[in-house]
Amino acid sequence: MRAFSRLLDRLAFTPARNAKLTLLRDYLRQSPDPERGWALAALTGALGFDVAKPAAIRKAIESRMDAQLFALSYDYVGDLAETVALVWPKKTGTNAQADRAEPQLSEVVDTLQSALRHDVQRLLEDWLDALDADGRWALLKLLTGGLRVGVSARLAKQALAALGNVDVAEIEEIWHGQHPPYEDLFAWLDGRSGKPTRAAPGRFRPVMLAQALDETADLAKYDARDFAAEWKWDGIRIQAVSEGGVKRLFSRTGDEISHSFPDVVATLRFEGVIDGELLVVRNGAIAPFADLQQRLNRKTPDAKAIAKFPAGIRAYDLLLAGETDLRTLPFRERRARLESFVARAKVPGLGLSPLIPFDSWPALAALRANPRAADARLAEGLMLKRWDSMYEAGRPKGPWFKWKRDPHLIDAVVMYAQRGHGKRSSYYSDYTFGVWREDASGERTLTPVGKAYFGFTDEELKALDKFVRDNTTERFGPVRAVRADRDFGLVLEIAFEGLQRSTRHKSGVAMRFPRISRIRWDKPAREADELATLERMLDARS
Amino acid sequence: MTRPEELLRPTPNGLHCPPGDFTIDPVRPVPRAVITHGHGDHARPGHGAVLATRETLAIMAARYGEGFAETAQPVRYGETSSHNGVEVTLVPAGHVLGSAQIVLRWKGLTAVVSGDYKRRRDPTCAAFEPVPCDVFVSEATFGLPVFHHPDDAGEIAKLLKSVAQFPGRAHLVGAYALGKAQRLICLLREAGYQKTIFVHGALATLNALYEAHGVSLGPLAPATTETRDAFAGEIVLAPPDALADRWSRRFADPLPVFASGWMRVRARARQRQVELPLVISDHADWDELTQTFRELHPEQVWLTHGEDQALLRWASLNGITAQTLSLVGYGEEEGG
Repeated sequence: MRAFSRLLDRLAFTPARNAKLTLLRDYLRQSPDPERGWALAALTGALGFDVAKPAAIRKAIESRMDAQLFALSYDYVGDLAETVALVWPKKTGTNAQADRAEPQLSEVVDTLQSALRHDVQRLLEDWLDALDADGRWALLKLLTGGLRVGVSARLAKQALAALGNVDVAEIEEIWHGQHPPYEDLFAWLDGRSGKPTRAAPGRFRPVMLAQALDETADLAKYDARDFAAEWKWDGIRIQAVSEGGVKRLFSRTGDEISHSFPDVVATLRFEGVIDGELLVVRNGAIAPFADLQQRLNRKTPDAKAIAKFPAGIRAYDLLLAGETDLRTLPFRERRARLESFVARAKVPGLGLSPLIPFDSWPALAALRANPRAADARLAEGLMLKRWDSMYEAGRPKGPWFKWKRDPHLIDAVVMYAQRGHGKRSSYYSDYTFGVWREDASGERTLTPVGKAYFGFTDEELKALDKFVRDNTTERFGPVRAVRADRDFGLVLEIAFEGLQRSTRHKSGVAMRFPRISRIRWDKPAREADELATLERMLDARS
Repeated sequence: MTRPEELLRPTPNGLHCPPGDFTIDPVRPVPRAVITHGHGDHARPGHGAVLATRETLAIMAARYGEGFAETAQPVRYGETSSHNGVEVTLVPAGHVLGSAQIVLRWKGLTAVVSGDYKRRRDPTCAAFEPVPCDVFVSEATFGLPVFHHPDDAGEIAKLLKSVAQFPGRAHLVGAYALGKAQRLICLLREAGYQKTIFVHGALATLNALYEAHGVSLGPLAPATTETRDAFAGEIVLAPPDALADRWSRRFADPLPVFASGWMRVRARARQRQVELPLVISDHADWDELTQTFRELHPEQVWLTHGEDQALLRWASLNGITAQTLSLVGYGEEEGG
C-alpha cells in the first residue's frame, strides 16, 4: 500500500500530464502483480466497494478519539477522509497488535470483496492502525470512491503504452477484454507472453481524429472533389457499440459512459459499431451544447433529466457491421453502408449526420460562414473527409480535417490574474477578464465574464506578467486583483467558440474555449465591450 | 505563595517580567530584552540591552547589522545571570541554531518560556532540554491533532526519489532562510546526497553563519551564475516566496517543493501550488507538545501563538491547567 499511497500523493499535486505519466509508468514498472493491477483499477474507477460507507469511518474515529478534538480538527482540515487519516490515534500499549505489517492494496481489495458489512469497521480499524498518514488517506479515499487525482482512463492507457513501449491504440483495442488485476496485460507489456486476445465483444475501437485545416495551405493543395463535407456537431464524440449482446457507449478516449446515457444504450438495437456525435435531440432537432451539459454533469441521470434532455446520436461512420470490420474500406464505401445500416436499424434518436453537397472550396466556405439549416447553425464548423480515407486510429495527417467557424471576438479588461503551474508557476498566466455593465444606479462597472490562460507567446506572457505585478491592487493567495477602471486597465481581445446562458456566473453568460487572440495595449479600458454586446451574441447563435 | 502573574505578564510589547524589568521577545523596542531565537518575529532590532545566546546575537547582527541594539549580552546555554533578583538561565530549545528556552527563577517559582521548540533530533542545533517548572509557556503553532510530523528521513527520501525520477527538472525547494534551509542541507547530506546544492542569494549569509558555528553544509553554490539547463536535475534552495517570484524563471521546468509543517494539510499545499510537499518542521507537532506537557507536568501551561483551542481541550482531559495568553505579533516570519 505504501508505494500506491505515495503515488496517489504525487499525482494529487502534479498538474502536468507528462509528469503524471512518468509517475504512473514508474510505479507500474516497479510494483509487483497483482498490486499494480489493483492500483490501476482503483485509479481508473474500475473498483468499487459497497460495504464501506462514510458512516463506518465516522464510527471508527468516534470510538478512538474525543469528539471535541475531532470536531476542531475536522473544522480545520475540511475533508472527512483527510482529517481521519491525519488524526488517527494508533492503539498503544498492551492492546496494540504486535507490529502488524502494512496491508497490501491487493489484500485490502481481496478482503473487502468478500467482507460482510458488520466486519468492515474492525477491518478498517486494523488497517488504519497499520498504515501511515498517507496510507490511511489512500485507504479512506479508496473506500469512499473519491481518489480524484486527475488520472483519466486515457492517461492510464498511455502509461501502460509507455511501460510496454507499444502504441496506445494497441492498448485501447484490447482494454475492454481485460479485467483487474490485469495480469495478462502486464505479462504482455513485460514481454513475458503474447498480446492478450482481443476477442471480447463490446470493446472500444480507437478513434480517428481530424487535423485543423490551414485555410491558405491546405485548400490550395487539395482538390475539393476528393473530399466529403459534413457539419462538425457541437456535442461529444462517442462510439456506440452493440456486439454479441453487449451494448456500450464510449467517449472518444475510450472511457465508458453507458451509465450516464442509459436511454441511448437501450436504443442500440443493431449489431455493429457506430462512430458519431452525442447530442440532445428534441423532435429530430438538435439542442445547444448547454442542454447536453445538463446530462454530462450527472453520473446517473433520473427519469426527469432524461425526459427534459433526451439524448440521441448523429452517426457519421460505421466501423463494424454484423461481424465485418469495415475500417480498412474507403470512407465512400463505409458511408454507403452507414446510410443503409441506419435506415435498416430504425432506431429512435439515431440519425445520420448529413453530407453537405458542394462543388468548390469557395462554395463550401460560403456555407460555413452562413449555414442555412437551423441544426447547422448550431454546428462548430465543418468536417472534411477524403472519400478514399481508411479509418485509422489517431490523428493521421491529410485524410480528415476540421474547419471550424471563425470564433467570436470581444474586447475585455483584465480584472484578476492567477499564477500558473509548472513552467508557469512564477508567472501570472491565468486571466479573469470582464466587460462593462451599467448597474442599477447608472454606474458603469466591470463584470467578470470569463477566464483565459492561453493564446499568447512567451514574450507576451512576460509583458502580461509584468503588467499584473506592476498594477496589483489586492492579493488573495495565488490570485491578484489588478487595476481596472474607466481610466486605466489592460484590454484583451478574447476569442471564443460559443456563448451560453449561465446561472452560475454573475454576468449570466459562459464562454466556450475562451483564449486571448490579441493584447490591446493601445486600447483604453473604457472602450472595451459592454455586456449587452455579449448578450446579443447569445441570441444570435443559441 | 508567589503568584506566577507577578513574575510574567503579557503586555502589548510581549511577555514582560516586572521584577526583572525585561521583556521576552518584545515586538516593539524596549530598554531591556531577552530573546529566545533569531527568527524575525521574535528577534527585532532597536532594543536597548539584549540578552541572548551567542549564536542568536550573531544571527541578529547578520540580519540587522552590528548596531541592532545598544548593548548585547551573550550567554552560554546553562549560564545563569541575575536581574533584580530574577535568575535567568538559557537552555536549548531545539528549534534553530542558538534557540533557547528562558528559565526564570524567582522567590521559589520557576517559569520556562520555551519560545519556539521541537523535540526531535536536528543536526544543526542543540536538542531541547526539559526543565521542571511551575509555569511552562509554550508555543502552539501546530496545536491540533492533525499535525504529526513524519520522520524527516522519509521526507528527504521523497525529494531524492523525485530528483531521480525527473532528471530534466530543477527541484526548487522553498525553505525558511534561518534554520530550515540549513537543516534540509544537513539532512540531504546524511541521506548521502553529496552533489553541490544551489542556493538563493538570501540564504548565503545564514549558511555561512551556520558553517562558522561548526555546522558543516558541504558543497554549496549560488543559483545565479549558471545557464538555464545547468539546473536540470539539481536541488535548489530558496526562501518560500522566491518560488512564486520572477527569480524562479531562470530554471527550466521547475518542480516546486516546500518544506514546512503546514504541508501536512493538502489544502495548504494546493494553495501554494506546491508539487512536492515535504512535511518537515522546526516546531513541535501535536505529539511533541502534549508529550512535553505530560513530561513536565507544570502547575500551569500558558499558550502563546498558534492553535490553542485543541490544546486547552487536551489539557482539561488530562488534568493539566492551561490558559491562553493574548500576545500578538508572532508566527509571522517563519510559519512552520
